[in-house]
Amino acid sequence: MAHNPARPLSPHLSIWKWGPHMLVSILHRATGTALAIGGGLIFTWWLTAAAISPAAYAIFYHWIVDADPSSAHEGAQALVGLLARLVGVALSWSFFQHMASGVRHLMLDTGAGYELKVNRLGAILTIVFSIVATLVFWAVILGKGN
Amino acid sequence: MGRGTSLGRVRGLGSAHAGPHHWWMQRVTAAGNLLLLIWFVVSLARLPVLDHQAVVLWLKSPLAAVPLLLLVISVFWHLRLGLQVFIEDYVHEAGGKVACLLLLNAYVVVAAALCLFSILKIAFGGVPA
Repeated sequence: MAHNPARPLSPHLSIWKWGPHMLVSILHRATGTALAIGGGLIFTWWLTAAAISPAAYAIFYHWIVDADPSSAHEGAQALVGLLARLVGVALSWSFFQHMASGVRHLMLDTGAGYELKVNRLGAILTIVFSIVATLVFWAVILGKGN
Repeated sequence: MGRGTSLGRVRGLGSAHAGPHHWWMQRVTAAGNLLLLIWFVVSLARLPVLDHQAVVLWLKSPLAAVPLLLLVISVFWHLRLGLQVFIEDYVHEAGGKVACLLLLNAYVVVAAALCLFSILKIAFGGVPA
């Protein structure tokens, strides 16, 4: 597609004041993409490993479920464990954020919730939900280990 | 409303001859994902441990295997539609766009096939717990 860089652009992202609605809109896309790739690959790894053998499952378990950065691993391995845990937290938060903003989108699809205050409140609530749900989720996961 | 024949408007198809179906299936699979993923997260949280034996024994029940099969179909369908829009919005060069869309389809077909086969293998007792 030929495009002329000299063409004037309409006012773009940089001049708008950020609000919760804009943030949630772009987060919906960003978290969806992260889940589609990262979440999809980890989920596929989990099921495939379970169907191959206990040894294959143990590798998955070691890196994803039991990626405890505080355990007595040497340097590089501890770093990878920490990164794995960060990815896990980021993906679980992405999951709850995408779920909440997705439900919000389904409501918006019906034509409801476009009043300025309601729309803004709905956007803020999705963020509150995703943070609280992520904390509860990890409290359950880590509680299981002990 | 835009131009077009009355029949065209009834069919809901614009010049691309597609669109509403994509939009609608994104919503249908979203609803499926919502129900099935809540079930999935609650089910995993209710398992005392997540080791190999626990997962294999859990998946031997039809009431776990069948919802998980449906979850794989709904989730991979949904993410294929979503990533397709993502690619169409951000990859402007025609060759790169086609390459990305082909890669996306390959990813979805391979990953979903692996998931479905793995669930069935465990459910039919092909994996000793």
